[in-house]
Amino acid sequence: MKVGVVTFPGSLDDVDARRAVVLAGHEAVALWHGDHDLRGVDAVILPGGFSYGDYLRCGAISRFSPVMTEVVAAAERGLPVLGICNGFQVLCESHLLPGALIRNNHQKFVCRDQRLRVENNGTPWTSSYDGGAEITVVLKNGEGSYVADEATLDMLEAEGRVVVRYLDVNPNGSLRDIAGISNERGNVVGLMPHPEHAVEDLCGPGTDGLGFFTSLLAPVG
Amino acid sequence: MARVVVDVMLKPEILDPQGKAVQGALPRLGFEGIRDVRQGKRFELEVDGELTEQRLAEVCEIAEKLLSNPVIEDFTVHTDGADG
Repeated sequence: MKVGVVTFPGSLDDVDARRAVVLAGHEAVALWHGDHDLRGVDAVILPGGFSYGDYLRCGAISRFSPVMTEVVAAAERGLPVLGICNGFQVLCESHLLPGALIRNNHQKFVCRDQRLRVENNGTPWTSSYDGGAEITVVLKNGEGSYVADEATLDMLEAEGRVVVRYLDVNPNGSLRDIAGISNERGNVVGLMPHPEHAVEDLCGPGTDGLGFFTSLLAPVG
Repeated sequence: MARVVVDVMLKPEILDPQGKAVQGALPRLGFEGIRDVRQGKRFELEVDGELTEQRLAEVCEIAEKLLSNPVIEDFTVHTDGADG
């Protein structure tokens, strides 16, 4: 498959995301924030980083970049979209995902190997995992505390849209230990941890993150 | 030309770690008795021409669409003609 990875000014993990895509057996296509088309890709990843310097709010300016107009339209047609960290923030600001990400409750940037449970393996980004699989990937954020009103949280839980949940410790104050969620259709997934940093044994805490990228080839259960 | 001010604050139920950090610094500086600090943003918009109802409605739209995130923030819009 052709997987597009968007680079915004200030993106940091776009190259790692493209590398993970290739390791998973796909073709990586570099997309630029100023692009008006998605170059025929079969899926899009919004990578981590500090797009537009996190000015105004994380992801708030990126949402209005030309490429995001295309990403929002394609996501609404069912294109698989994965937002990692800053990408998750962009998806929330774009209203493709509900809720918002605010500053960590302990006020510090956090960088650690984080255990997670894959709560929903029915999305195009998680179908390689067994349901309830426990994985360890890198987590690094300053504004990763997921918040939404009670009604939204209840809806996400009831509809199985909490895709990954923090295990052992809640690293940032996210409500209900939520690490990642999906839209109603399931094609749009956002998460704060970085699976693209856990795809090779040489660096990072292992290869548990690779499943997010191999899932695109697996049938959705 | 008129100046319109948009104040954006986190909703009361949303935790404000930055405000908490500021509050935590006050006793260290010798300031006592500040029960709570909430940190917000102030935007000053210089608007061309006369500030009509329609222009003001536009500023409200800007505040809602870009300057604030309605999921976590409230905003207020007020005019500040004296400095204009």
